[in-house]
Amino acid sequence: MKTVEEIKAAILAAVPGAGVEIVANPSVSGQHSLLIAPGSMVAVATFLRDDVDLKLDFLSNATGVDWPDKEISEKVKVTRPVTKTVDGVETVTEETVEETRKRVEPGYLEAVYHLFSMAKGHGPVVIRMRTANRSDKVELPSLTPTWRAAEFQEREIFDLFGIVFTGHPDLRRLLMWDEFKDHPMRRDYVEPDDFEYEPTAHDDVMKRAQEHVARVKAAEAAAVQEGTVAGA
Amino acid sequence: MNGSGYVDATLKPEGWNRPPVIEPDGEGELLEVAMGPHHPSTHGVFRMDVALDGERVIRLKPVFGYLHRNHEKLAEGMSYLASMPFTDRLDYICPMTNNWAYALAVETLTGQEVPERAEYLRVICGELTRVVNHASAVGFLIQEMGASGTPLMYAFKEREKVLDLFESLTGARMMVNYMRFGGCRVDATPAWLDGVRKVVAGLPKFVDEFENLLTGNEILMARTQGVGILKSDLAVNAGITGPMLRASGVNYDIRKVDGYGIYNRFKFRVPLGDHGDVFDRFMIRLLELRESLKILEQALKEIPGGPVMDPKAKLRGFRPKPGEAYGRIEAPKGELGFYLISDGSPNPYRYRVRPPSLINLTVLEDMCLGQNVADVVLIFGSVDIVLGEVDR
Repeated sequence: MKTVEEIKAAILAAVPGAGVEIVANPSVSGQHSLLIAPGSMVAVATFLRDDVDLKLDFLSNATGVDWPDKEISEKVKVTRPVTKTVDGVETVTEETVEETRKRVEPGYLEAVYHLFSMAKGHGPVVIRMRTANRSDKVELPSLTPTWRAAEFQEREIFDLFGIVFTGHPDLRRLLMWDEFKDHPMRRDYVEPDDFEYEPTAHDDVMKRAQEHVARVKAAEAAAVQEGTVAGA
Repeated sequence: MNGSGYVDATLKPEGWNRPPVIEPDGEGELLEVAMGPHHPSTHGVFRMDVALDGERVIRLKPVFGYLHRNHEKLAEGMSYLASMPFTDRLDYICPMTNNWAYALAVETLTGQEVPERAEYLRVICGELTRVVNHASAVGFLIQEMGASGTPLMYAFKEREKVLDLFESLTGARMMVNYMRFGGCRVDATPAWLDGVRKVVAGLPKFVDEFENLLTGNEILMARTQGVGILKSDLAVNAGITGPMLRASGVNYDIRKVDGYGIYNRFKFRVPLGDHGDVFDRFMIRLLELRESLKILEQALKEIPGGPVMDPKAKLRGFRPKPGEAYGRIEAPKGELGFYLISDGSPNPYRYRVRPPSLINLTVLEDMCLGQNVADVVLIFGSVDIVLGEVDR
C-alpha cells in the first residue's frame, strides 16, 4: 500500500494540474486523507479506480461533514502612540498593548469517501472535497458514474447535508420525505415549529406545546390587526 | 436547490453501470404497484414502487426512510459510550457485531488495546450472531417462497438457544450493549462457556437437517436458480459486501483481508458462489454458517483466562484526541463501518454508520428488472436487510 505522499505524486503524474493537498490526521489511526479540488475530482477518481497499482475498485463509505463558520478570537500585539501629560509637559510615547481581535473563518461542507481495493486487498484511501460555502455554492461533482456504490450514499448526503452532486443520475432525498425543506445533519439545524396536539403532553413536551400555541395565537392576532384576515 | 429539487432521472452519464432499461412490449397497460410499506415480505416498513408489464418488472424504485430517526445526529449529541446501546438497534438481529464495529472504530481512533480474553469473547459472540443471522435469513427466504412458517421456526428454534446464551451473559436477549472501548462489559463464567460448547456441538446436526430439508428441494431450486443474477463486476462497482458479494464469486471477506481482532489465528474458508443468483446466496449463507461453527470450536478450545477489560481504558471523561478514524468489520450482512471525527470534546464531532443493508440494496433494481413480480419478493429476501439499519 502506497503512502498518501506517493498517491499524491501518482495522481499529479497522471492528472497534470490536479488540485491535491494532503490533510494530516493527528490521531493514532494514521488515516491521512487527500483533499481534491472539485474541478479535477472525476479525473482523479477515475485514475484511482483504474490505476494498476492502486486499483481502488471499491468505494466503501461516502459521507458528508458540516464545518460551520468559525469565529476565531486571537490576541494581537498592537503598538500605538499614547499622549501623556507628565509634570505639565505633553509627551508622546509608544505603548504596546494586547488586543483581542475576532475574525470569521468561512465554513464549508465536505464530502468524504473511503476507498478500498478488492483486487489488491488494501485500503483505506480517504479522499475528500469541499464546497465553496454553506449557502449557495454547494455543488460538487458526483462520483456515482465512477462508483455505483455512491448512488444512495450521495442521495443521503444531499438529503441530510444539502450538498448538490452534479452528474448524479437520480438526486432525490433518500431518508426524509420530498416536501421536507431543511438539512437535518447540519450543525445549525433548528427543528421546525410544527408542533401539533399530543394526547399525553407533559414536562418539556408540554412546555413546547404551550409555546407553540402561544406563537400561533400571536400570529393570528397580528393578522387580524393588520386586516389581512377577517376577525371572527 | 431545495428539498423537492429533482434532477432528470433519465440522465445516464458515461460509465453509469446499469443494464439497459427494459421496454414494455406494448401490449396492455403498464401497472404501477406500491409494494409496501406494509407488505409482509419487506421485513419492516419499506416500499418498492414497481412498474409491471403483465408479470414482468419494468421499473423498480426503492423508497426509504419510514424508520428514519437520525441515529447519527443523536450520537453527535451524546458521549461516545452513550451511543453504544443505540448501535444495538441498528441491525437488531445482530447487535453483537454492531457493538463490535463501533468499539473497533473508537479503538482505531484512540489506539486502545484489547485484552486477549475479550478478543476471544468478541469472536465467540460475533460468530454466534452470524449463525443466528444466517439461519434466520435462510428461514425468511424460504418463508417468502411460500413455505409459511415451518423452516423459519426451525431456524428460530436454534436462534432461541443462542439468545438464551446472550441473555445469561449480558442480561438482554437482543439489546445486549455488551462491548466497551478496550474490552467487554462482563466476563463469561466457565458455566456459560460450557453452555456455548453444548449449543455449538448441537448446531452441525441442525444445519444437516436444515439442508436435507431444503437444498435438494425441487421447488426451491426451480424458484431460485437463475433468478436475480448479480454479475461480479457490478457487485464490486456498487459496493456490495458480505454473502451477496461472495455469492457473485468475489473473494472478499474482511475477516481475512483486515484480520481485525484475532481472526488471523483461526482456520476457516471463504465459500464463494459462481452464478450470483438467489440459490447461490442461499447456499453461501449455509456454508458460511458451517465455517462459523469451525471458528467457534477453535475459539472455545483456545480461550485464555485474564481480564476482559483493559485496566487502563478510560470509561468516564472519555475524550479522544482530535482526529478521525474509519473502522469496519465483516458483519453478517456485509461491511459494517463506523467513521468518527473527534474534535477533542466528549461527544463525537461526526459519527457515521456505513450500513451494509442500505448499500446492498443499490442493485435491487438491476437484479429485479425483467423478472416476474413474485420473484421480486424472493430477490429482496436474498439481499437480507434489516430496516433498522437501512433507515437508521
